[in-house]
Amino acid sequence: MSVIKFIEFDGTEHEVDADVGMSIMEVAMKYDVPGIDADCGGGAVCGTCHCFIEESAGPLPGVDPQEESMLGLRPDREGNSRLSCQIQVSDSIGDMTIKLPEFQM
Amino acid sequence: MNKRADPMLADPLKTPLQDLDVSDPRRFEQDCWQPLFKRLREESPVHFQAESPAGPFWSISRFDDIVEVEKNTEIFSSEPTIAIIDPPPERRSRMFIAMDQPEHDIQRRAVQPVVAPKNLQEFEALIRQRTAEALDALPEGETFDWVELVSRNLTTQMLATLFDFPWDIRHKLSDWSDAVTSDERMTAGQGLKQEDRLEIVMEILEVFTRLWHERVGDDVESFDLIRLLQRDENTANMVDDPMNYIGNLMLLIVGGNDTTRNSMSGGVLFLNEFPEEFARVKADRSLIPSMVSEIIRFQTPLSHMRRTVTRDTEFRGQHMKAGDKVILWYCSANRDESVIPEPETFHIDRSGVRNHAAFGFGIHRCMGNRLAEMQLRVVWEEALKRFCDIRIVEPPTRLCHNFVRGFSRMPVQVTRY
Repeated sequence: MSVIKFIEFDGTEHEVDADVGMSIMEVAMKYDVPGIDADCGGGAVCGTCHCFIEESAGPLPGVDPQEESMLGLRPDREGNSRLSCQIQVSDSIGDMTIKLPEFQM
Repeated sequence: MNKRADPMLADPLKTPLQDLDVSDPRRFEQDCWQPLFKRLREESPVHFQAESPAGPFWSISRFDDIVEVEKNTEIFSSEPTIAIIDPPPERRSRMFIAMDQPEHDIQRRAVQPVVAPKNLQEFEALIRQRTAEALDALPEGETFDWVELVSRNLTTQMLATLFDFPWDIRHKLSDWSDAVTSDERMTAGQGLKQEDRLEIVMEILEVFTRLWHERVGDDVESFDLIRLLQRDENTANMVDDPMNYIGNLMLLIVGGNDTTRNSMSGGVLFLNEFPEEFARVKADRSLIPSMVSEIIRFQTPLSHMRRTVTRDTEFRGQHMKAGDKVILWYCSANRDESVIPEPETFHIDRSGVRNHAAFGFGIHRCMGNRLAEMQLRVVWEEALKRFCDIRIVEPPTRLCHNFVRGFSRMPVQVTRY
């Protein structure tokens, strides 16, 4: 179990307990956190679960070429941009603080 | 509605698969395409057809297989074209939908801001006002064509807004959109001949080249597509490469027009076919955003996209050769029962309603998807405020087309509250 703090674009915070093994996207959907659309359901083929990882206790997995392709088309990409469907909650990553973008497309 | 058997069309279940033309546009015109694609998904999900008006091609009919093909852009290229037919090389316009990385990304990034949701918020009030005016002007108590007065009218207005196109000749945008997707080899001989189509393409180029030169360096604060291309250093000289300029214009004209137009009409049909869903959304308008996704799935306004194999490869046990055409049937993916439960039911708040195939997947996923959803949402929000009924009074007329799935006519009557 990790604690994830989601911060919406308008500053609204949602702190939730996340089960190990779920993706960040699935955690957001489970708790109805607004700001993630996840149109493709987790395949890294739509780019609509974009988020910014502000903090993580442990290191994150790398960005694979498919995720990179989709992130590359995001007009609001930052250095800490990730597709939330591509990061599984784990004990080694631990707690995270995640900012959500102004929009998904 | 509108389902009738055509004696000219081979029985999709009894005829050997190799004798069936999967691309026959008449199945879409008669809305009897579903059984053939169900059979393909079950018997031959990666199916080779040796002969067709467009030559030999592979059909991919399962949802998950289409996702896999779209992810593998190295083997399944979008070049030289995403159409089932090959234009002759000298007439090959270049559009980013038919480009691979990295050029695709550069050109797409230049025009993407116009359809970013942040920009769309600026447009929404204007779209709502124009939608309200169009709906208020509809006659009551008499039959009219929803395609003409609502779907075509509103999408033309929107496209003119996005291009900052001269308002008095905006109808040209819809005419052009119809023309550039029209080809006799995709429409059972009903479409335009290549020479006539070329004439229209040249007219589009002439008008837009003039608009480009009128605007270049004018410093007008506008987010229209032409000025966006001019302002991005990667596309600032696109007008000097006419085949690239015209290609992207045609892409944006068709992408922003036919698709939304036909989904706007399709929604009326589905609510007539599934009256209990109509009653539910009238009672609870918060269902509209979800219904919009379901309308797009059910309509699937573009039936397919094409990829071309770059090197000999094996896919799901089938041997594909370099140069083979691969058709990704989105319409079939959206009825794939292994991914979408009860896919033949129009269910406005189904679970995972956004997880449909109509926008495609991967780097070529529909760029205007949020614009399309917004337009459809606004139409239904405004329509359901005004009308307690929108009744189809005669079966609609569908396009005989194997790429654009839509309607040329839909006679309806509306009843106001």
